[in-house]
Parts: sequence; C-alpha cells; structure tokens
Amino acid sequence: MSDKRLKPAPLANEGLPPEERGLFCDAAPREYEPARGAWENFLNWARSESLWLLGFGTGCGAIELRPLMTSRFDMYRYGIQPRPTPRQSSVFVIGGYASVKTLKRIVRSYEQMMGPKFVVALGSCTINGGMYWDSYNTIKRIDQYIPVDVYIAGCMPRPEALLAGFQELKRIIKAGDGEGQNEYARNFDWYKANQKKVIKDWNMPDYNW
Amino acid sequence: MNELATRLAGRYGARDWHDQRKDLAAATVDVARIRDVMAWLRDEEGYRHLSFMTAIDNIERGVFTLAYALRNHGTGHGLIIHADVGRDDPKVDSIHLLWGQAWTYQREMKEWYGIDFPGSPRVDEEFVLEGWEGPPMMRRDFDSLAYSDATYAERPGRVTHDPAAHMRDRLFPEAAR
Amino acid sequence: MEPTLLGRIGYAFVSLFVITNYGLLLIGSMARISAKVQGRVGQPVWQPYIDIIKSSAKRNAIGHGVMFYLGPVFRLAGGIGTYMFIPAVFGSVVFRNFSDSGDLLLVMYFIFFGQLGMALGAGEGGHPYSAIGVSRGLAQMTAFEVPFALSVIAVAVQYGTLDINAIVAAQQGGFARWTLATNPLAVVAAIIAFLGMSGHNPFSVVIAPQEIPIGPPTEYQSNLLGMLQTNRAIFNGAKLVLYMNLFFGGATNIVAMVIKTFLIYFVNVFVGQAFPRFRTDQSIRFFLGVPTLIGIASVIIAVI
Repeated sequence: MSDKRLKPAPLANEGLPPEERGLFCDAAPREYEPARGAWENFLNWARSESLWLLGFGTGCGAIELRPLMTSRFDMYRYGIQPRPTPRQSSVFVIGGYASVKTLKRIVRSYEQMMGPKFVVALGSCTINGGMYWDSYNTIKRIDQYIPVDVYIAGCMPRPEALLAGFQELKRIIKAGDGEGQNEYARNFDWYKANQKKVIKDWNMPDYNW
Repeated sequence: MNELATRLAGRYGARDWHDQRKDLAAATVDVARIRDVMAWLRDEEGYRHLSFMTAIDNIERGVFTLAYALRNHGTGHGLIIHADVGRDDPKVDSIHLLWGQAWTYQREMKEWYGIDFPGSPRVDEEFVLEGWEGPPMMRRDFDSLAYSDATYAERPGRVTHDPAAHMRDRLFPEAAR
Repeated sequence: MEPTLLGRIGYAFVSLFVITNYGLLLIGSMARISAKVQGRVGQPVWQPYIDIIKSSAKRNAIGHGVMFYLGPVFRLAGGIGTYMFIPAVFGSVVFRNFSDSGDLLLVMYFIFFGQLGMALGAGEGGHPYSAIGVSRGLAQMTAFEVPFALSVIAVAVQYGTLDINAIVAAQQGGFARWTLATNPLAVVAAIIAFLGMSGHNPFSVVIAPQEIPIGPPTEYQSNLLGMLQTNRAIFNGAKLVLYMNLFFGGATNIVAMVIKTFLIYFVNVFVGQAFPRFRTDQSIRFFLGVPTLIGIASVIIAVI
C-alpha cells in the first residue's frame, strides 16, 4: 500500500492540448527545508545583500524603478541589480495594478524563479485595488495569487519609499521570514484555484517549472 | 464648406451639418449608406485619410453612434461622419477595403461594444482582453463595479472619505433625516 | 630545490586561489569605478563574492539534460586550463603553475575550448535567446581571433619560441625590451582583440542584457550560475596574465602583476564607458578590417 503523501498525484495540466502534456513536468511544487542556526543566518545575510530583481515592469510602478537605477538614488550600492530572466532573479517587484492578462504572466514568471524568492508589491493597487478598484479587469489583492513579502504603499511610492521597502525586505530575509516559496508550495491548491478563477483562458501547465 | 454640406445632403441624405471649428465639421448619415459616403468622400472630395473611428453608446436613444473622422490634407479640413445603428444586434458594413487600418478599429469595436462588421479581417479575435466571457464592456449598461465586486476578492477594511458622505453625516445630519 | 609533483600541485592550488580572489575583486572594483564614472556610488567591491554565495545558496535548480550541466563545467575547465599553463609571476616557485608543460598554442586552445563548451550547454537549454547569443558569440569570437592570432604569431616569430617562460625571460631588463617597445603593432592588434574577448562595449552584443535576456547564460541558475561567475573571474585573470607576459614584460613579483593587470583591464573600462554597442556584423567587419591589417603588419615587421 503506497503512502499517498510521499508521492502526490500528478497535476492535471488540463490547459494544455493532450499531445503536449508529455512535454511538461506534472509534479506539484514541494517545500524546501531551510538550513539551521548560524549557517542559515549567514546564507540569509548573503541573500539579503544580493537582491536581483526581475526586470519585468508589470504596471505603472515600474516607472519608479528606473530612477532607482540612475545616479541619484542608486540601488546598486544596496546590492540590488536588475536581471532580465526569471531563472536568475530572486525578487519580483509587482509594480502597481495587475490586469488579468498581466496576472497570467506574473504567475508564469513567479513559478519559474528559483527559490528562495521574494515578492515586493508596490502601490495601493496591490493592496486593495487602488484607483482601479471598480475596474472589470484588474485584481484587487495580489496576495491571493502569489505570496507577498513586503507591501509599499503609495500611488506611486517615491524612490525613497522604495528604498525603505527594500530595507524592510532585507530585515525580513535576515530574520528568516522570507519563505514565500514554501508558503506557495504549502497552499498550492488554494493559490491555483484563485488563479484559475480569474484567468479564464488557462493554456499553460498547472505549474510552470 | 457649405457646398460640401449641400452635396452631401443632396447625394446621400446627410443631415445635421455642424461646423465645430474653421477646420472641423460634423454630419450625420444613415448607416445603410455609410460605405457609399466613405468611398465618395475619399475618391471625389479628397478626404483620403481615415484618422479615427469609434462608437458612442447613446443608451437613452437606444443606438450606438459610430463616428468616422476623415481628413482632407489638401485643404486641411476634417470631417466627422456620424451614423446611428440600433443597440440590438448591431451590424455595420465594413470599410476595410477603403482603408486598410480600419480592421483594427472594427476589431476593437466588436470586442468593446459588440458591433459586428461582417467581412472585416479577424474581427472575432480577442483584441485587448484575454479570455473575456462577459458582455462587451464599454456598453453603458455594463456595471463595472458590480462585475469587479463579484469576480475579484476584496480586502476588508476599505473606508471612503467621500466629501458628500462626510457632509451629509457630520455637518448636516438633520437634512439627511 | 625543485619541488615534488605533489608540491607543485599544491602550489598550483594556491596560485589558482589567488587568481580567483584577484579576479573577483577586479570585477567588483571595475564595477565600482564604472559607477563613479556615471556619478553613482556603486556596489561594494566584494559584491561578486556575495553574488556567488547567494547563487550557490539557492534551494532548487532545474536541469535540461547532461550537456546543460557540462556547459559550465567545460567553461570552468577552459578557464582553469588557460591559467594553469601561464606563469603568473616569473621566477616564482609558487606561481609558476605548470607553464613548462604547455606552450602558447595550448593556452590559445583552452581560451577557445571554454566558449565552445558553453555554446553546447546553452544550446541544450532550449531557450531561443540562448541560441541567438551563442551564434553571436561564436561569430564574434571567430572574428577577433584573427588579429589575436596574428599578433601571437608575430611575438612567436620575434622571440623564436612558443614557450611563455622564454618569451617573458627575453623581455626582462627594462622597458625598452618589452614587446610594447620592440613590436608595438602586435600589441595594438592584441589589445583590440582583447576588447572583443572581454565582452565589454562596444562588443557586448553577445550578452546584450537589455536586448535578449543575457544571451547564452539565460537558462543557467543556482549552482551553475555560481560556477559561471567564478569562471568569469578566473578567465579574466588568466587572460590578463597572458597579455602581461606576452606584451608587457611579465612580472617578477605579485605587486607588479597586480598593477600591470589592473592597468590592462582599465583599457577595457575606458573604451567600454565611451561606446555604445556594435551589431554582430559591424563588429565582424571591424575586426577583419584595420586590426587584421595591423596584425599582418606586425608579423611582417617581426620577420624582417
């Protein structure tokens, strides 16, 4: 009698045409045990001092990231640099509103990032819908769809507010609380149900490796 | 420009000519003759540029009003042609053979208002939204707030600081009673 | 007293350790200097170390097959192999590496070998942008190898040997005996080829971070990325030490090596800050034009 807990059921991947299902991985995400003690503290320090953002401007908040890169606010001195591919980045900045079309890409990019990964949500739209609270096309709470570590309020938050938000993220990582990847794996079914409720044309795998 | 107004009225029954500016005028024609009017204006009168094409939802009159913005670069004059089409099952002749760019506008109006342009290339494909299953969303009887409340989860604790509500409740409570 | 084979291997590890740290600090300090040029504060000098620790501390990684893993391994082998056959400090027992076991042609082979392995590995990743970056990289490499090979031939003909130790020995005894003074055209051709080798502007189309997501290393993450970053330091150090030995008189102590290689790398930063990016066909046409002619001229001068 096999123990179902040890090998979870494969994902349905119903959004894919049948001839493509064999090409995509059908295993659900799993949790990863953090190391313990001083070693994990050291690794968390390294993770917090080398934050690589995903260079994907999801909404109007992305315009606040550009002054950060230039010489006046200079985020490079905090170890933050933008990377163009989700495989190499560890921080996903949700810049403002997320329309349903963008949310599909956000989910896909977030799942392709390697853990430990962190999400910084910019602006009021990610908190309660912001100025698009009555729109038929934007979601109102981003943390129903991906786990969020830090919210930065404002419309838009100024670069100084962003730097303060990144300092808060570093504090959270150093305290060992940046476990968004494990939270996503633990509540995977809930997140996936929420995502599929709003993203109507799901034509990608259930978990984008 | 009054000669153009007279010619339009005589040939195609255009009405309600209105000079908005020295270089901008508007007129209304029947939607059944829209293709003839467009072709004549483009070929004979020199309005060779289709600047813009959109629709207005006049729900009080029960029609969609299409607006075609043409421009004559020779004289520098712009002309907006309005045409009313009923809100139930709107179908309009496509003008994509006169101007190539019209297919984009017509695809947008199909998605946003539900106005069909039979024969226009790719008019049934999704344009701006993906996987949209609701009614055409620019119609004025589409309640965006109700749809948003029903579909997207809300974070509790949102308060309003609407000045009208504040005045009614705090400053003039006796008037509310 | 000649050390045993085991002793030499131990010294080789020490030398590799030194060049790795030097390369990482060089990358960090050059990034900081570039930032100062742009009016910023810039990242700390030790940032490459933190990046490598973070990349290695990732909790999961994905693979695309055996060749995908072998790509960075080949690249690291190319980097270490290049370094191992060059004497870092002339006359030193510790930093002699294995330079008496291999000559200049072997070193040039290892420079090419790393790039080829990376091309195979990146192609296995299955990302279309990796394939674009790989084709650009190999095309550009074919182009800049021409002036580089010509200047190496000129140096070999001039000194009559392919052994790097002998070439360095022939340049001892003052500035007038450096290749820079005796055959400056070879140095010019080689420095121009060096700009192409290090992938800075104007020849950064291979990586092209804003245009195609980072080119060949698009799919590489976690441990593999850490390996690639380490190799970048070793490879940079190896190429700089090679240039120092061939053209600038070698070094008789560590301080001279650090100063000379730092100044050679500065040429890259100077040119890189001032130029935008060339397209691949523009850079190929550039390398096969004037630098090749300079290289041919340097060979002729060496023969006469």
